[in-house]
Amino acid sequence: MIIDYPTLKIIWWLLVGVLLVGFAIMDGHDMGVGSLLPFVGKGDVERRIVINTVGPHWDGNQVWFITGGGAIFAAWPIVYATAFSGFYWAMLAVLWALFFRPVGFDYRSKIHNATWRSTWDWGLFVGGFVPPVIFGVAFGNLLQGVPFHFDDTLVPYYTGSFWGLLNPFALLCGVVSSAMIIFHGAIYLMHRTEGEVYQRSRMAMMLAGMVLLVTFTAAGLWVQYIPGYAYASVVDFAALPNPLGKEVVREAGAWMANYRSMPLTLLVPALAYLGAIAALLLAMRGRTLTAFVASSLAIVGIIGTAGVSMFPFVMPSSTVPNASLTVWDAVSSHLTLTIMFWATMIFMPIIVVYTSWAYKVMSGKVTAAYIRENEHAAY
Amino acid sequence: MVTEELVDLSRLQFAATAMYHFLFVPLTLGMVWLLVIMESAYVMTGKVVYKDMTRFWGKLFGINFALGVTTGITLEFQFGTNWAYYSHYVGDIFGAPLAIEGLMAFFLESTFIGLFFFGWDRLSRKQHLMVTILMAVGTNLSALWILVANGWMQHPVGAEFSYETMRMELVDFWAVLFNPDAQAKFVHTVSAGYVTGAMFVLSISAWYLLKGRDLEFARRSFSIAAAFGFASVCSVIVLGDESGYVVSEAQQTKLAAMEAMWETEPAPASFNVIAIPNEAQMKNDYALHIPWVMGIIGTRSFDQEMPGIRDIVVRNRERVEVGVEAVRLLEALRADPGNADLRERFERVKDDLGFGLLLKKYVSSMDEVTPELMDRAARDTIPKVAPLFWSFRIMVALGFAMLVLFGLALWHSVKGDFAERRGLLRWALWFLPMPWIASELGWFVAEYGRQPWTIYGVLPTHLSVSTLSVESLYGSLAGFVGFYTLLLVVEMYLMVRFARQGPGSLGTGRYLNEVGHGNGGHAGAKA
Repeated sequence: MIIDYPTLKIIWWLLVGVLLVGFAIMDGHDMGVGSLLPFVGKGDVERRIVINTVGPHWDGNQVWFITGGGAIFAAWPIVYATAFSGFYWAMLAVLWALFFRPVGFDYRSKIHNATWRSTWDWGLFVGGFVPPVIFGVAFGNLLQGVPFHFDDTLVPYYTGSFWGLLNPFALLCGVVSSAMIIFHGAIYLMHRTEGEVYQRSRMAMMLAGMVLLVTFTAAGLWVQYIPGYAYASVVDFAALPNPLGKEVVREAGAWMANYRSMPLTLLVPALAYLGAIAALLLAMRGRTLTAFVASSLAIVGIIGTAGVSMFPFVMPSSTVPNASLTVWDAVSSHLTLTIMFWATMIFMPIIVVYTSWAYKVMSGKVTAAYIRENEHAAY
Repeated sequence: MVTEELVDLSRLQFAATAMYHFLFVPLTLGMVWLLVIMESAYVMTGKVVYKDMTRFWGKLFGINFALGVTTGITLEFQFGTNWAYYSHYVGDIFGAPLAIEGLMAFFLESTFIGLFFFGWDRLSRKQHLMVTILMAVGTNLSALWILVANGWMQHPVGAEFSYETMRMELVDFWAVLFNPDAQAKFVHTVSAGYVTGAMFVLSISAWYLLKGRDLEFARRSFSIAAAFGFASVCSVIVLGDESGYVVSEAQQTKLAAMEAMWETEPAPASFNVIAIPNEAQMKNDYALHIPWVMGIIGTRSFDQEMPGIRDIVVRNRERVEVGVEAVRLLEALRADPGNADLRERFERVKDDLGFGLLLKKYVSSMDEVTPELMDRAARDTIPKVAPLFWSFRIMVALGFAMLVLFGLALWHSVKGDFAERRGLLRWALWFLPMPWIASELGWFVAEYGRQPWTIYGVLPTHLSVSTLSVESLYGSLAGFVGFYTLLLVVEMYLMVRFARQGPGSLGTGRYLNEVGHGNGGHAGAKA
């Protein structure tokens, strides 16, 4: 079946969204668990309980991130090139933080030594806490536009600095992202633990949920006043991708345009609120599995809100707005998008099936007794 | 501004992180199948020693796998962070296999590895074996897609340059997937991985046998490793990826360079066993030949000629000249995209565009190009001969030494007397690092031999980098080296510690060294 180019461009915007949301839901909950590890687990047994709730799964979950990166490379190569090289130190910080996870999980409990174990616990904390903060900060910068341009052979030049990324709005987005991930991770932890760890996770869940609601609202209000971006020239949806072939204006409130022209899109931020509030209430009543579904929906809503606000922009340029990268002009060829579409359609359902099976096999509470019985095998 | 220093640092960082990653990959590739074999033996015979073998070797496999994952992400990130123009220019083709690798292979491997370690008590024997098999399949499929991507860098098929989008675009996905270079590379690389896995098990088992401990466990491990290793090492040698070298120009250049073949000889060409290459005068100061052998290895025929370096340079000099014209026409066409005449003229010469781009290393505009610069660009298309020549020879020598070792190991395990052959056991022990050295040298030949291109004939390395500051590169390179060194020390410490402790670390009560699981001194719980 041949899908026309403009439709595929939109489909790929949705699919990248699906992969990012999938990453936030799946790798997000184990990153949330990592962020909470030093605080909800007191003593070695409790720490091991916390770690082993995600022990069998974190590796598979991390592939959402790797596949997401690969999909952006394949579907939006110039976005991949410009963003990864422009955000050089931020990307390296994510990467280096992630280094702690595989080794932290696998090596931590192999040696009986308090310093060794506590060092890896903090490593797992860094690996869980830092990436969501940086991704949030990155989204905050995308929303404001990023200082880059191209020469006439499309070589990207980034003219900002690492410290320039850490502006107040972006930091607020970093807090939203971190709170979202910790909230989600805390609900997961409640689902898989009991006793003291459960109680502390519950406290963390309430705190993170409140912070999430407040900061998400604040960012939503603030975004109306920051300059957004809009097409000033007519869009040829089917055109061959050329990021230099359009005119773009930068104006305050432009990120609200999609909600005005298509009011149905307001359902996306509404989903963020409904999901987060439902998750909070359900988790407080101990309905942890339903709460996890609700907080997953909240993640769909929150990431979706950023996406819908910016559509069709993916990476606007603050210094040369005409060079902004959009859904229409930053994509791969028709053939590559088609092949990648079918590859995703075939493999994504299979992945969901076997991942669900893996969770089913390992389901149930992780207890102190489990850790004792699996002294040599558990993380 | 792209300076030579920036390009060199970017290359150094990629080379360092890639070679570091490949310390862990081959062991993973090989160990998964050894685990499948051991666990199959457990399921078929019900003997608990096979389960213990799967779990103990699996534990060491896990220690290695953790760093494989850690260092693997770096490589995916790095195309974007440090090779931005490369990512833009060929992402349309190169990105797809990486994304499909994630979807088809890495998810499978990473999901099932969790169940491999934690599912022993929750799955039936057959279910667990199925999990192990799926993990192995995922691991090997992962290698397939990565090598499809890498094969395309060596032999870029199924793609065309588009002047509208200023990049290479995919025109035939199947050509990319069934690229003969990629297929040859895949077989050669995974087989080398199997040899690495086999050597690891063989060496450590030999050490237990030399120490006279955990004998039954060590004997069975040794025999499995010997058989698997012998089959694998035969596959590496017979299906060496030289078989793919004749098909493409890139590989012809590489082959000529690594064999120090300066002249085109009448077929079948002779083989230089030893030579002292002289780069400046483009000849060998000394060479020891064996007639015919090179032609037969390289072309699998008696009558096909193999071009020597001098002829390749002459051929490339012509392509550089056409390429300069292609760059000029491209610039004109970008300024005036509707011009049909320009487009037609560009289409005629665009296959040599990459050769024109080689001159961007020396000049910013094609108007400054001189015949001398074109000579220089043509000479640039040949990588340095001596490093390739020697790396390749050491790799091959190690390959044959391993063939003999595994052959003897298999012979004596069939006879059943290997445990008494202390010389053989010592050889097996001391040869532990050899497959790693061979793998690293092999990658060096493959990638250094592709210079000065990132995509052979299409995109010069010089143009592929991100426009970062040199300071950023020094900073990140220092960070990687520091971080990786630290992680390697930790990994080696754990690996040596658990290898020394042996299967006793499982805490089953059936082996030596049950006590001493760390400082706390925790006796085997079920002992």
